Amino acid sequence: MSLLEVRGLKVHFPIKKGIVLERTVGAVRAVDGVDLTVEKGTTLGIVGESGCGKSTLGRAVLQLEPVTAGTVVFDGEDLGALKGAALRRMRRRMQMVFQDPLASLDPRQSVSSVLTEPLRTHGEKGPFDKRVRELLDLVGLPATAANRYPHEFSGGQRQRIGIARAISLNPELIIADEPVSALDVSIQAQVVNLLEELQQRLGLTYLVIAHDLAVVRHISDDIAVMYLGAVVEVAPSDDLYEAPLHPYTIALLSAIPIPDPEVEDRRERVLLRGDLPSAADPPSGCRFHTRCPFRQPTRCSDEVPELRVLEAFPGHQVACHWAEQVHSGELQPAQGSVAEPVEASAGPTPSGPAAPPDGLGLVLP
Amino acid sequence: MTTATTPRDAVPGQLAGEPLLKVRDLTVTFASRGRRAVRAVDGIDLDVAAGSTVGIVGESGSGKSVTSLAALGLLGKRGVQISGSVHFDGADLLNMPDDELRAVRGKEIAMIFQDPMSSLNPVLTIGRQITEILVRHRGLSKQEARDEAASLLQSVGIGDSVRRLRSFPHQLSGGMRQRVMIAMALACAPRLLIADEPTTALDVTISAQILELLRTLVAETQTALVLITHDLGVVAGLCDTVHVMYSGRIVESAPRRPLFAAPEHPYTNGLLASVPRLDQPRGIPLLPIPGSPSDTLPWAQGCAFSPRCTRREDDCLGGPPPLAPVGHPAHLLRCMHPVPTGERRV
Repeated sequence: MSLLEVRGLKVHFPIKKGIVLERTVGAVRAVDGVDLTVEKGTTLGIVGESGCGKSTLGRAVLQLEPVTAGTVVFDGEDLGALKGAALRRMRRRMQMVFQDPLASLDPRQSVSSVLTEPLRTHGEKGPFDKRVRELLDLVGLPATAANRYPHEFSGGQRQRIGIARAISLNPELIIADEPVSALDVSIQAQVVNLLEELQQRLGLTYLVIAHDLAVVRHISDDIAVMYLGAVVEVAPSDDLYEAPLHPYTIALLSAIPIPDPEVEDRRERVLLRGDLPSAADPPSGCRFHTRCPFRQPTRCSDEVPELRVLEAFPGHQVACHWAEQVHSGELQPAQGSVAEPVEASAGPTPSGPAAPPDGLGLVLP
Repeated sequence: MTTATTPRDAVPGQLAGEPLLKVRDLTVTFASRGRRAVRAVDGIDLDVAAGSTVGIVGESGSGKSVTSLAALGLLGKRGVQISGSVHFDGADLLNMPDDELRAVRGKEIAMIFQDPMSSLNPVLTIGRQITEILVRHRGLSKQEARDEAASLLQSVGIGDSVRRLRSFPHQLSGGMRQRVMIAMALACAPRLLIADEPTTALDVTISAQILELLRTLVAETQTALVLITHDLGVVAGLCDTVHVMYSGRIVESAPRRPLFAAPEHPYTNGLLASVPRLDQPRGIPLLPIPGSPSDTLPWAQGCAFSPRCTRREDDCLGGPPPLAPVGHPAHLLRCMHPVPTGERRV
């Protein structure tokens, strides 16, 4: 049985008008019908741009946001049906790591107090000295850190404290919301490696929410791509990068710069028009159709595509009417939505394949 | 290979051999009473040829933004000591009277910043802010300026531009605001554009749009571009020459191809080894750089990167290593023990 199962999850935030006679005039559909499954000991990555609902989804899984519809089943128990003490008991089995470690640590709390607060909250009795030493050791901080305060640490060390706090209750599931995006580039790898190491040592299950596809792909077994409150594609990490099927995933992948001039000069970029539409009034039909370079008349704007598995790609789900045609190249992106490779007005041209395979802009070795 | 450093086309009127922007030994020290002085920039030499694209890469605190702010006289006077020289087209920017400098800034040199929301005036319409520049620097009438502003918005990909001129910054999305900033920067056809983390606050797909826009605009208008960023991927696709900064100094600089093909400085190599790459197989472990950017040594005592460096030897301490050519004449390196070919991670 899967550790976490999310079915038809919706989180709608009401838009109110009026002061005395307050009435609801609409809703921001932050999460609008999401299904996810996370197996024990694995990592599911959720990627998407700001405003796509990925953080709200993570919080809703922990019942930190009011769930409008749908169920979250953790280890066989429906969290939505639990209240009070029963919910608290379940919550100690799932913890969260936040983006900005400085904002999520109390500046007036010493590290040992930060690390033992979850224990005290859940009614454990001290002394906790040994546990604090253990936790600090697990995340690679010296035992002397216990009596210091968050401002005395660098960004990477603060994130280690945040992670130590999350694992203090021996949880099974960790939800990490943008765990490295506030950190300097040279530090990100330290935290990513720490998360991987802890997963192996403690058998943790991760739900990692991030906008950086390269990082998500590195640590995730499976990836769900979100757009405007809905999951548009779910696939094992390698498959997603080798054969992205949804036009949004294709654009997202081709937008990520790769630190190699040889690759950069040969890539084609699928550029998206315009900006993310409002989640209070999502487009009809496929919600991506307003920006999709592969859009086809009527069906895309009329009919909502369901997540489905393509015959040729078992284990890979996509919500696009035209995924087969897009993948086979039968449908080409609209004119003006592809930026041609810059191919070097400067420097000698390297030999090698001139056109990237399947128009993805990704040259795989 | 040297073609990568030369401008795509020489701009007429430009002194032969003289770069458009020439920075020599620029040093910036922040000193406020009762606090330890901080040397944010520690002797930077930088040449930007007309029409070329130069990348400055570094992490937070490396001095990459302060370099450009100091060069343009945007740091203020209190508590800041600036030494060295900055010449733009032969004119000395550091010793220029304020009103002359203001005429150069905005007209000849333009700048765009990371967060367009805090660089735009929230209580004025977009149109008012763009026309202000056109009236002031190009002497257009109000009506001419409005027409020109609309066509500028069009050129940065904002449709329905006449109506957009009446919008306030908060009515636009982040990507749109950055487009407006670029339109404003290009309003006077500057010869130099400095972009400080222009896409860091934006989503990846929007960031790709903006970078594509910058790429085509600088090529069309022959504007020289200085791109300041922490993202090696961004410079890999856009810059002719790349300078890597660490703790206020340039530690490696080279045309982009040799730099990415053979990063010799342990810091550059470490940066490349610590980021996962989409085009490589998934199982490759990340090799982080130990410590944090704050574990630094004053350059006077030795290499500032040495406390984090895995290749450190005793001779790394005792004054800063010189920035000297290695192999390729345009490939400069400040390191006593460069990374040998076999251990490079590319």
